[in-house]
Amino acid sequence: MEQTAMAFVTSVLAAAVAAGTPILYAALGEVVTERSGVLNLSLEGTMLVGAVSGFLVTVRTGSLAAGVVAAAVAGGLIAALHAFLTVTLKVNQVVSGLSLTLFGTGVSGYLGKPVIGVPTPVSFKPVVVPGLARIPVLGDVLFNQDILVYASYVLVVALWFFFYRTRPGLHMQSVGESPETADALGINVFATRYAYTIIGGMLTGIGGSYLSLAYAPSWIEYMTAGRGWIAIALVIFAVWNPLRAMLGAYLFGGIDALGFRIQVLGAIIPSFFLKMMPYIFTIAVLIFATARSRNYRIGAPAALGVPYERE
Amino acid sequence: MLSGDAACVVEMRDVTKRFPGVLANDRITFRVHAGEVHALLGENGAGKSTLMNILAGLYRPDAGEILVKGRRVQLGSPRHAIAAGIGMVHQHFRLVQTFTVAQNITLGMPQPRFVLNMRAIEDEIARLSSTYGLRVDPRAKIWQLSVGEQQRVEIVKMLYRGANILILDEPTAVLTPQEARDLFATLNRMKQAGRSIIFITHKLDEVMEVADRVTVLRDGRAITTLDRKDATPKLLANLMVGREIGGTMPGKKEACSECVLRISGVSALGDRGTLALRGVSLEVAAGEVLGIAGVAGNGQRELAEVITGLRRVQEGCIMLRGADITNRTPLEVIRCGVGHIPEDRLGTGMVPNLSVVDNVILKSYRSRPVAKGPFIHARAARERAADLVQRFQVKAAGLDRPIRLLSGGNSQKLLLAREISANPSLLVAVHPTRGLDIGATEAIHRMLIEQRNRGVAILLISEDLEELAALADRVAVLFAGRVMGVLRRDEWDIERIGLMMAGSATADTTGCSADKGDRVS
Repeated sequence: MEQTAMAFVTSVLAAAVAAGTPILYAALGEVVTERSGVLNLSLEGTMLVGAVSGFLVTVRTGSLAAGVVAAAVAGGLIAALHAFLTVTLKVNQVVSGLSLTLFGTGVSGYLGKPVIGVPTPVSFKPVVVPGLARIPVLGDVLFNQDILVYASYVLVVALWFFFYRTRPGLHMQSVGESPETADALGINVFATRYAYTIIGGMLTGIGGSYLSLAYAPSWIEYMTAGRGWIAIALVIFAVWNPLRAMLGAYLFGGIDALGFRIQVLGAIIPSFFLKMMPYIFTIAVLIFATARSRNYRIGAPAALGVPYERE
Repeated sequence: MLSGDAACVVEMRDVTKRFPGVLANDRITFRVHAGEVHALLGENGAGKSTLMNILAGLYRPDAGEILVKGRRVQLGSPRHAIAAGIGMVHQHFRLVQTFTVAQNITLGMPQPRFVLNMRAIEDEIARLSSTYGLRVDPRAKIWQLSVGEQQRVEIVKMLYRGANILILDEPTAVLTPQEARDLFATLNRMKQAGRSIIFITHKLDEVMEVADRVTVLRDGRAITTLDRKDATPKLLANLMVGREIGGTMPGKKEACSECVLRISGVSALGDRGTLALRGVSLEVAAGEVLGIAGVAGNGQRELAEVITGLRRVQEGCIMLRGADITNRTPLEVIRCGVGHIPEDRLGTGMVPNLSVVDNVILKSYRSRPVAKGPFIHARAARERAADLVQRFQVKAAGLDRPIRLLSGGNSQKLLLAREISANPSLLVAVHPTRGLDIGATEAIHRMLIEQRNRGVAILLISEDLEELAALADRVAVLFAGRVMGVLRRDEWDIERIGLMMAGSATADTTGCSADKGDRVS
């Protein structure tokens, strides 16, 4: 009995990491973008474009690496469009992000039509990390995953180091906090915002490809099912910190996975209610996060969402 | 001094800068020597900041040339200016609030390229700042620092970049008198080390105190450059304004004893949810100007807002002529007879895109004659606007033109006229002359004094001690949301006020006790 309970917990936690990973990539991308002062609300659309591009390329070439690269490029392109609209043309960032969400949703549906129901020749499979996987519980949860999950661990640590310990990281943050100051010190505000918006879009695209190449793995129209929006909420929850974003992503992944498992166990809770859980949780997190910071936006880059214009 | 002088570190020749509709700099020639403090004196709009923004690489001149140490340079960006050894400390500091002092100072530097060793940077900053007596903690976050400390960070930032020509834009505007003296000592130390300082100001006493030479700008032209020993405050004032100044103000009348505003133990929260006012008690009598002195951000704005109903009072009460107006809505407060000249005159005081007429009736459209049932009587509104514009000599191109097209002085005159026309019993004026030129300042002062003599109680919040000395019958000093003391006109002492502004409560209690004595009656 105890062993089955243990196995259940382990499997839920492992599923939490897997379910959290696409959200984590997207959230990390958004943290990078917002730290430079650009609000990109197009994550949902960008993830879908990433998912479909990755899937199409992998189906054609049989190469997972090519699929992930394609997803990153596609995400970067959408983000570049966002950067052009908001940084150069100074379009309202919310409006631009929302239109690109619609655009991404539509384009992904169109491009994906021929491959609905088509199986991929290859997909990401768990790779056991020798040694580390032997750690009780945690080994199975964290080190019996696929390459993209491991890459996300490295990414989280690398981003943390980049933000807080390097000069380009400091410059990126100064652009998000006080572009006037950055500009006066010779930091190119426009180039910086372009660069990090595009990098953020690439990470979001990779997050999308995780869904179609590892998590599902298949292409279904609108397969993100709101994960892009959850990732945006997560950025606030994470206070723009990559380590906390990781924690939050697994929390969401856990709720997602738990709902699924409980259903499998044959619980009497209606399945609709369980499917609602991540979204209800998102709303709860936002209420919590904004109630705490109503008087002063804790942690938000001060110039977030404000286009920069030289006087 | 002649041109081509070896001691000349910066030379600007025939520099011209034009903005749409304005000739900001008209063939200005300006020279700075090594190891001198050079004051750039002029009224607002004389072109001082424009000229220095050109030298700091923010603006490009339309004509003219700039030489640094005898070599022609193109200063296309702040980075070029820094490379040429020119650094500018702006009036609005360019600092990232959430960063530490050290992070701000290293920001934008080319070295080290990637990984930052903050410890080493902090040590270097500590060494540099102690050389010049610029006390800063490299690890403190900017938002934790006072304005004076932030200014020191800005100066260290420029020194760290190797600037040997330092431009300071009205540096004392945000400082207490004591902090200003510390700054002057620092400037002298830097001067002795061979650096040059350009000091933008419109205050004559500062020129006399700290400058070696002074260049006077007026209407975008360089009028003259003088050695300090050849200058007198009167001469400089006349050069700056271009005419004799010092007109007489309307005579003062004794304040009568009727207490109009009584604030007792008021506490209120600031925007960040922390206490911005802590048990403030003040009184203003009819026909009295009570000045509120203090460094920006010590509760002045919040004080004006609680009185005018824009901010909630947490504790205490506010009485206006015996009626309780604590936590009433702004409309009720207006109806009780409170006029308000807010700090942000084009944001809170007026609607920039509405016409002169619409702005004039903003507070009177509910009552006759401007209101006619549910409608606005257009002719009455127009007549009222025309009357105010004429009576208070507001220069407006047309009554239907948006108010944002008026100059700062004229929009402020109109705002004050609107408030006066409602016959208030109390006027709350926040920085009423900030950013105005001498002429407009005089006009505003005259209007305020006329109101006082008509028996209006005036609460005058100002950072300009000269203005308070000229207008206030009593001065209360705010520090960290507390009243540090109240001085009567005959007790005026700039030293003591300065100490109180810096938070030294020991300064005195006699002003307070005299005040309390009054309150009993």
